[in-house]
Amino acid sequence: MTQKKMAIIATKGTLDWAYPPLILSSTAAALGYEVQVFCTFYGLSLLRKDLSGIRISPLANPAMPMPVPMPVLVQVLPGMEAMATMMMKNKMKAKGVASLDELRSLCLEADVKFIACQMTVDLFEFKPEEFIDGIEFGGATTFLDFAGSADIQLYI
Amino acid sequence: MNFDKELDARGLNCPLPIIKTKKALNDLSSGQVLRVTSTDAGSVKDMEAFAKQTGNELLSSTEEGGDYVFLIRKK
Repeated sequence: MTQKKMAIIATKGTLDWAYPPLILSSTAAALGYEVQVFCTFYGLSLLRKDLSGIRISPLANPAMPMPVPMPVLVQVLPGMEAMATMMMKNKMKAKGVASLDELRSLCLEADVKFIACQMTVDLFEFKPEEFIDGIEFGGATTFLDFAGSADIQLYI
Repeated sequence: MNFDKELDARGLNCPLPIIKTKKALNDLSSGQVLRVTSTDAGSVKDMEAFAKQTGNELLSSTEEGGDYVFLIRKK
């Protein structure tokens, strides 16, 4: 049986959006897939050494369940985003959901290849040392080279 | 039924039960049986899919006192 392949483009950098690429990659790797994740724009957040800055905001996110109804004018107050993030992380921990760090470690351990989009790294003036070791830097062609022969291609 | 190794994945949520199952199977040799206990309701379907995708055989999938119990024979 030839090895299956999965290619993902990760473009988002909020707590909720950071999960799908990492969950799918770690699981696919466990199923024996070869996986590449191309991180561009805010998806670069997934590759930074420190993941603690990844947050979730209730603002402009009406589907987010809140313990009490919260008017938009309250959501914009300083500290609301930090509070929402803390509540979400606590909830996740209580439900046995892995942390982003844990999932990313599982991915790296299983040889998931992460590629940082060089153009957006330059755009945001990130330094290579802000990212974890073992990643590659490349462009659209690098992604397409792998994605063209992948069984699953996802844009997240 | 007898098993060669046991994995307690209770309290863990998707995708951890599957990933830990995969890791536990790495320590077994072909034909040996792993018993997995989980509290994640999603793992019932996931374990079937895992077996189908990886070729490891899901011998049984049962519910015992709120836990989901799986027996998997390594390919």
